[in-house]
Amino acid sequence: MEKFTTHTGIGVPLRQSNVDTDQIIPAVYLKRITRTGFEDALFSAWRKDPSFILNQAPFNAGSVLVAGPDFGTGSSREHAVWALKDYGFKTVLSSRFADIFRGNSGKQGLLAAELAQDDIELIWKTLENAPGTEVTVDLVSKTVICGNVVAPFEIDDYTRWRLLEGLDDIGLTLKHEEDITAYEATRQSFKPKTLPARLS
Amino acid sequence: MANTLAEKVWDAHVVRKGDGDGANAQPDLLYIDLHLVHEVTSPQAFEGLRLAGRKLRRPDLTIATEDHNTPTLDIDKPIADLTSRTQIQTLRNNCQEFGVRLHSLGDAEQGIVHVVGPQLGLTQPGMTVVCGDSHTSTHGAFGALAMGIGTSEVEHVMATQTLSLKPFKTMAINVEGTLRPGVTAKDIILAVIAKIGTGGGQGYVLEYRGSAIRALSMEARMTICNMSIEAGARAGLVAPDQTTYDYMYGRPHAPEGAEWDAAVEYWNTLRSDDDAVFDAQVDLDANTLEPFVTWGTNPGQGVSLSDKVPSPNDFGDENAKAAAERALQYMGLEAGTRMKDIRVDTVFLGSCTNSRIEDLRAAADVIRGRQKDPKVRMLVVPGSARVRLEAEAEGLDRVFKDFGAEWRFAGCSMCLGMNPDQLEPGERCASTSNRNFEGRQGKGGRTHLVSPVVAAATAVRGTLSSPSDLDPAPESAALQTTDAA
Repeated sequence: MEKFTTHTGIGVPLRQSNVDTDQIIPAVYLKRITRTGFEDALFSAWRKDPSFILNQAPFNAGSVLVAGPDFGTGSSREHAVWALKDYGFKTVLSSRFADIFRGNSGKQGLLAAELAQDDIELIWKTLENAPGTEVTVDLVSKTVICGNVVAPFEIDDYTRWRLLEGLDDIGLTLKHEEDITAYEATRQSFKPKTLPARLS
Repeated sequence: MANTLAEKVWDAHVVRKGDGDGANAQPDLLYIDLHLVHEVTSPQAFEGLRLAGRKLRRPDLTIATEDHNTPTLDIDKPIADLTSRTQIQTLRNNCQEFGVRLHSLGDAEQGIVHVVGPQLGLTQPGMTVVCGDSHTSTHGAFGALAMGIGTSEVEHVMATQTLSLKPFKTMAINVEGTLRPGVTAKDIILAVIAKIGTGGGQGYVLEYRGSAIRALSMEARMTICNMSIEAGARAGLVAPDQTTYDYMYGRPHAPEGAEWDAAVEYWNTLRSDDDAVFDAQVDLDANTLEPFVTWGTNPGQGVSLSDKVPSPNDFGDENAKAAAERALQYMGLEAGTRMKDIRVDTVFLGSCTNSRIEDLRAAADVIRGRQKDPKVRMLVVPGSARVRLEAEAEGLDRVFKDFGAEWRFAGCSMCLGMNPDQLEPGERCASTSNRNFEGRQGKGGRTHLVSPVVAAATAVRGTLSSPSDLDPAPESAALQTTDAA
């Protein structure tokens, strides 16, 4: 995973709450078996509308998405994170993220930064008044800077550390393989196994 | 120390406590008892294993089925959609390569992953269950800690049989009282989501408690736990009891003999201590609950069926107001319209929320001896091939076909329209599924979430209806709908 320390890029104000993962990427795009190449799928239904924000310059070159509360609700599809990344987004700012989306983001190096809704509103206004304004998201100091707005954001320390270091989760866990093996020896014998298959 | 059920299950699975305290605490590493796999969220995870030269650690705790992409017609022919066919074939190749048990299309145990696990007896109390699918919360009905995960986590579980998980908060959802006839588990959970909102459960594991929950069947408890995610919750669960054990006993992978006795002894400890403290509490009165339906484009936008479409001005919060405006426009609805005056084009009975045998029985009881509104199309999609066989043995397929409904093969189908079962733009659907998001059931499609008995009554009248709105059926007993659907 690529390290994330700080990022500066054009902010995209998405004034909408409850942006579910079906909107971020409709199910029809989930049939692919690759991990990349989902940029065309991002918000594909909304992008058919010429007035949608990503169809307008300079927002189409944005890399910091500033969204309403409850971003990433619904389906667990990690494709939503892949699509945002493939399009060019490095970070999403919202006052509240759905848990699974937040987890998926952390695994893929997309920074999900949680800000107060009041600060989101200020950033929206700045970006709407001066389209193309750049937003700096500094993970080291946990701060967002947009025009005159300087706002702190929240992220759990573990995810922050992994993002800063660019660490692979599986590699980290496998350092503790002995613990896993030791735990397995204590599992109750009545716990089910899928193999050999028993059928009705 | 007094603990809640969810905390007990968590504690029993800690492989390694996270280092550090307070804000610096790393997540705990938890052991995963059962990993369910399907074709959509697994290909990139298998590929990741291959690229890193890693093995799948516990094929014997892993099971796969084909569900999201599978057609519900002509299942003996090659899948027409090439990308769907490739994805299914990829799952088959991966399962063979990594030694994973797979129930393919045509197999008697194929079906929606959350129907298959419980039906085989693989879902048991006190387990940790994960799947690359948000509706994994379904398995919480057994007192398991069951969570939806993303593809990176799927790969992590494949490689390590563990997950790093952040601690959660606990919320008690207390549902006391007795449901009235025609009111079901689906109405309970839709009412809960409308009450706490789609983000209300965020960071929480919900425990459904109270006399109304205890009175529910396992199928009904699965319906409730299934939609925990629609309230934003990480998981939802119900403490196991005799109803749980009766459902499980004799299932293919349920423990037997002395193992059964040992298991039951352990399962009996799986309840929240009387003095356990929940981080939040929500109360719902079952006595006054009515059939509940959604009017908007997220599962929290719901009202009683006897109510009207709300106005955006009914919402104080600016975001909620804007969301309501947008939803009404998308749904093609006027504020103030009686919900019962809304005419539908399609009725979908299926999905991991409501496609179990009891759901089919409840719907069949409503329509038996009646005729479908000729302008309405009705799809009945059993949750698994096994459910389909069971329904056919009971003659339910005849009831649906005589009524004029289409009797299909098992899968996720029109819940998310990854297969050919989709709504046309502008088409309106009464659906027993779990999500009414824009375009969820097909581009431009409009979804109203309903219970199986409301779906059935709606198919009779053509407008959103409850069984009590129907004239007496030509044959008696048609109104004896179960509370348990």
